[in-house]
Amino acid sequence: MHLTLHVWRQANSKTAGRFEQYDATDVSPHMSFLEMLDMVNERLTEERKEPIAFEHDCREGICGSCGMVINGTPHGPKVGVTVCQLHMRTFNDGDQIWIEPWRARAFPVIKDLVVDRNALDRLIQAGGYISVRTGSAPDANAIPVPKEKADSAMDAAACIGCGACVAACPNASAMLFTSAKVAHLNLLPQGQPERFSRVLEMAAQMEEDGFGHCTNHGACQTACPKEISTDFIALLNRELLMAAVTSLPQTA
Amino acid sequence: MELRSQIPSGPIETAWERHRFDLKLVNPANKRKYTVIVVGSGLAGASAAATLAELGYNVECFCFQDSARRAHSIAAQGGINAAKNYQNDGDSVYRLFYDTVKGGDFRAREGNVYRLAEISLNIIDQCVAQGVPFAREYGGSLANRSFGGAQVSRTFYARGQTGQQLLLGAYQALQRQIAAGRVHMFTRCDMLDVVVVNGRARGIVVRDLETGKISSRAAHAVVLATGGYSNVYFLSTNAKGCNVTATWRAHRRGALFANPCFTQIHPTSIPPSGEHQSKLTLMSESLRNDGRIWVPKRQGDPRDASAIAEDERDYYLERLYPSFGNLTPRDVASRRAKEVCDEGRGVGPGGQGVYLDFRDAIKRLGREVVEDRYGNLFDMYEQITGEVPYEVPMRIYPAPHFTMGGSWVDYNLMSTVPGLHVIGEANFSDHGANRLGASALMQGLADGYFILPHTIGDYLAGTELETVSADHADFKKVEREAQERINKLLAANGTRTVDSFHRELGRLMWDKCGMSRSAAGLRDAVEQIPALREEFWSNVRVTGTGEDYNQTLEKAGRVADFLEFAELMCYDALQRNESCGGHFREEYQTSEGEAQRDDERFAYVAAWEFTGVGSEPRLHKERLEFEHVKLAQRSYK
Repeated sequence: MHLTLHVWRQANSKTAGRFEQYDATDVSPHMSFLEMLDMVNERLTEERKEPIAFEHDCREGICGSCGMVINGTPHGPKVGVTVCQLHMRTFNDGDQIWIEPWRARAFPVIKDLVVDRNALDRLIQAGGYISVRTGSAPDANAIPVPKEKADSAMDAAACIGCGACVAACPNASAMLFTSAKVAHLNLLPQGQPERFSRVLEMAAQMEEDGFGHCTNHGACQTACPKEISTDFIALLNRELLMAAVTSLPQTA
Repeated sequence: MELRSQIPSGPIETAWERHRFDLKLVNPANKRKYTVIVVGSGLAGASAAATLAELGYNVECFCFQDSARRAHSIAAQGGINAAKNYQNDGDSVYRLFYDTVKGGDFRAREGNVYRLAEISLNIIDQCVAQGVPFAREYGGSLANRSFGGAQVSRTFYARGQTGQQLLLGAYQALQRQIAAGRVHMFTRCDMLDVVVVNGRARGIVVRDLETGKISSRAAHAVVLATGGYSNVYFLSTNAKGCNVTATWRAHRRGALFANPCFTQIHPTSIPPSGEHQSKLTLMSESLRNDGRIWVPKRQGDPRDASAIAEDERDYYLERLYPSFGNLTPRDVASRRAKEVCDEGRGVGPGGQGVYLDFRDAIKRLGREVVEDRYGNLFDMYEQITGEVPYEVPMRIYPAPHFTMGGSWVDYNLMSTVPGLHVIGEANFSDHGANRLGASALMQGLADGYFILPHTIGDYLAGTELETVSADHADFKKVEREAQERINKLLAANGTRTVDSFHRELGRLMWDKCGMSRSAAGLRDAVEQIPALREEFWSNVRVTGTGEDYNQTLEKAGRVADFLEFAELMCYDALQRNESCGGHFREEYQTSEGEAQRDDERFAYVAAWEFTGVGSEPRLHKERLEFEHVKLAQRSYK
């Protein structure tokens, strides 16, 4: 295959970026998208040019490191996969491919396709945990968890923290990410003691980090490589409402 | 040098409890006066950092990824073992201990393994309390499955994402401590070296990957939780960033490296599809429960699988191991696959693959049942290869997966450099010559949550530590060396890319020090590696500068360390004149082609001392005693 790539190149967060064009020749349809970029980078290096910076690590769709917008879609055209699992057989010989970094105020560009996603860690720090000291846990079977609850918590916990939901959202909202963590923990009995403080603090942190508001576009769910459902956003909104009601000053 | 394992004497059942009582304690008010550096944020690193912070220590935690949640523990699929006996099928701490010692082919320490089995109980409790969504029965209790040939169901799992969920539990505990101000987290920060002051590990030199700035961090103790070294083979199931730098740099500073030749090759990975292949993807071993493994009887048979008649197929595992068949252990299944491919009977691109066929399973069970059991794995396979396993057999090939070797540590998880502790896959301690399925997660969390946080206190309470800051001359010296090394990489300005060297090294290691090894091949490798290393330093091309985000430079530093480390692996494989677990020496096999252990001469841990680059390392031996599990030959006939 022969492809024409238009890749966003940007030296750092302080300089302006631009698209640059590269020819990708002799692309095997069996290559992953990242292996195709590896090949382009090897050739750039041979020409003494700087390779394209992009983030990646496990290359099996679970670490959440990789992510780029391909022809306007986070993680590219295939549903339910990360870009490392996208294979070139998805494309056609002669295609023009536009490759950009995640674009969101909360994710400043570090270089080329690499962005700073520390804001997602800060959301977890705000309340995305259960406070339990090592060694203080009761027997694992002491508290039964209904199977449906455990399954639903697992559906939410499957989030890999890649940030595609933010990149896909016209408001650059982190609602899908946040709701997945709130749902994972709030659905479980172990998460009940901090149920309301968790949701209030995580919501406040979203504001602080400059994520936008959710206006129910649903683009996040479509972009999510783990196909996490916007139902969890509904759950998050219910939890927020409940938390607001229960935290009203109690009067006699 | 005398290797003191510090294994407590007396009854093994109470050894850890007695040892814990004997450990010195740090006064609660004094803990905050101690700073502990933790390098790595996988299962071992994140759990250790979080727990140390809960105890009151000042913790600094480092990872090279953009977030602590990305460490490669996240990719573990199968599960985590614990001797809970929730299934009432006769499991016990002693049975898990027994299985692990035997599975490790009698090259692990009994004392360590017993402790691991004991702590497995606490790990599950802890993880459930953190909200890890393990699989459940309808009644709400935890579900288990049997895994990796175990005869009891002791594996806990969270769909096919157990590693991810356990890591998120540890990561969230870590984030909680970061929010509380007790852990200072350094992401995108690469450890370049360990700093030893007056014979004790007192800090590390790091490079900020975003700015390129090199700096030092001083502490009272250092913990390495930096994972394994399978990427020495270039193609492995490890994440691209996994590397040996931390433990190798520590080795150069005096930490002995134990059993580096003990590597595990996993039999069911998707074969490489061409020269461009950048890593290998694992398919769950559970596929071997229903899939039948075969190759054509005829060499170089070019026909499609469907055109090959039944009597022209060689179901070689069923033929060689009638009672275990396709379920023989990982090392055996892997070696036999390589053998048939070396005979020219492999299938797929380059003849690097064997069939894993579900035709009979679909006939016997119906497509629906097969879909229900393996649907997600079949989808994953189709995504990667473009082939539909319901219609054509899958192709699989072995891939380097886990490394049992690592820094030598004593029972307190301290290396031979006082103050330098090594935990998780990075140490050598618990798996012997072969790791059983669902045991890696258990070991990482045992070390991080329940062992190191206690044993490090003993070191800190029992040691006079002078005040040392990062301005100390020893720190400045190591910083200078690290800077000079980077300058040298950038200045080489040669003609070959970093990856081309890494691929060449990987191919060499796979051929000579992979699934099967011979003295002649290993001697060959020991000759070739230094030549490749020399070429690397004079002919590598690293573009860009050292003053900003430069992925090529990061990679170059790691490959440079692999080029030194690889030689040690070969020396280790060469001295071990026996076959055991993942280490198969062609000269030492039974008449039926099985691994032949030599307990008389090789029941020891090989711990290597660094004597200089290109100079033969010095071997130290720690004798292994087996008082509880009787030495016996493994048999899967």
